Amino acid sequence: MVERSGVLAGLLQGLERLGRGAGAKIWRLGFAARFFAYMLLHSGTALRRFHLTIREIYFAGVLSMVIILVSGLFVGMVLALQGYETLQRYGSSEALGVLVALSLVRELGPVIAGLLFASRAGSAITAEIGLMKATEQIAAMEMMAVDPIARVVAPRFWAGVISMPLLAGLFSAMGIFGGYLVGVKLIGVEEGAFWSQMQASVDVREDILNGVIKSLVFGVAVTWIAVFEGYDAPPTAEGVSGATTRTVVTSSLAILALDFVLTALMFTGGNGK
Amino acid sequence: MATAPIVEIDRVSFGYAAARPVLHGVSLRIEPGSVVGIMGQSGCGKTTLLRIIAGWLKAGGGSVRVLGEPVSTLDSKGIFALRRKMGMLFQFGALFTDMTVFDNVAFQMREHTDLPPDLISDLVMMKLEAVGLRGAAQMMPAELSGGMARRVALARAVALDPRLMLYDEPFTGLDPISLGVIARLIRTLNDSLGQTSIVVSHDVEECFSIVDYVYFVSAGKIVGEGTPDELRRSGEPFVSQFVRGEPDGPIPFHYPAPDYEADIDGGGALSSLLVAEAAGG
Repeated sequence: MVERSGVLAGLLQGLERLGRGAGAKIWRLGFAARFFAYMLLHSGTALRRFHLTIREIYFAGVLSMVIILVSGLFVGMVLALQGYETLQRYGSSEALGVLVALSLVRELGPVIAGLLFASRAGSAITAEIGLMKATEQIAAMEMMAVDPIARVVAPRFWAGVISMPLLAGLFSAMGIFGGYLVGVKLIGVEEGAFWSQMQASVDVREDILNGVIKSLVFGVAVTWIAVFEGYDAPPTAEGVSGATTRTVVTSSLAILALDFVLTALMFTGGNGK
Repeated sequence: MATAPIVEIDRVSFGYAAARPVLHGVSLRIEPGSVVGIMGQSGCGKTTLLRIIAGWLKAGGGSVRVLGEPVSTLDSKGIFALRRKMGMLFQFGALFTDMTVFDNVAFQMREHTDLPPDLISDLVMMKLEAVGLRGAAQMMPAELSGGMARRVALARAVALDPRLMLYDEPFTGLDPISLGVIARLIRTLNDSLGQTSIVVSHDVEECFSIVDYVYFVSAGKIVGEGTPDELRRSGEPFVSQFVRGEPDGPIPFHYPAPDYEADIDGGGALSSLLVAEAAGG
């Protein structure tokens, strides 16, 4: 009897802990949503004084270019090698250009650029805002009657949203160039077929525009997570490092999950018609 | 002449959690033009009091009037409007690390005014001259020593000539020379700019050398007040322990613990402590 009540108490305790944990997570999600709405409402400064946003575009976007361009080149080169291997079995190696371009523009460009952006720029944004909080810079700004969400957070958010599609575009362009180097220059696929088939098969609305929409959505998700984690970080060394890790993990998962949802909505629906 | 006080706090209570009140029934008045010290141990509630004055925290009970405004009832717009008439020096300066010294001091002027760049530049140089750091205008905060950073932060805090200055532990972690410089600056800026200042500190000598009046806070209550000379002669046990820096008194040396013998008889981990203590003694 005593033992059973012990088990029951343990179970109840476990349930209670589960409930409390879930409640806290849901509360935090709600807080992140309110934070997002507040940030959008207070974006006036970031858009009116656009030089504030341009400065952040430099830090988040321009400084991410090296890693994006190099990765794009290698991914394109690998795609060409792997693609050629498969295509030539069916005697359609001249379709290599289409394969490389569609893979990049539809999927790999937005997704890999998004993942790289999350780890390169997202983590930096979280760490910067978190450290500004830990060193009381955010508090000092509030004390000077300047809203830190309008002055610090919103410019970084818009910079991320603007940079992300551009970076994804650069990634895809560089990837196609890498595919061209390996496919045409190294393996010897016919150059005319490589480009003309690509031109004929890649659709501006179906492929390119959808890719841009994806990268825009990833840009919003990654930067939102990054600024929120930074702003919500406990003002200590562990707090900031934990928040930085959470930014990379959460935004990577968010990119992959959103990619599935967007792909399901865009391409299956479109092709089914 | 009866002038309205700059800060008037009446029976204010505050607690982060209902079970653990930080302040209870605190009342104080700060007259225009004065430099007032709020002193007490770490964790006694003095920084909380400063944050209530700045409108950061809302008092749980009682009334707070700052520069004639009832702080507890203001909305965030009202608080921001009030803060434009206040300046605050943070414990470690809190300079914006991505801006030069010049841009740090110019920050509020650029955010809150439409002054032309030439005029802002002149004003910034005047503020930096006042703290003796005009020559450091183009340096980054990381290149400054602790004392210099504190002086730049002071120049930034007084950039828009606030009527009320709040200092949160301005002397912490400074060498004796920087400490003297900051103390003198607090007094001279207060008098030359016609400000009123509140200095939260636990540094008795430096604080007493510049303030007109002191409130002592202990365990969330005002336990003593007066001019520095009155307080030096005070018979109030906490004040005299604090002013003289005595190790034991109303604030005991020992943290509350169970009966000493019970811990000793148990032996174990604590017995090695006992040996160390015996060797030291």
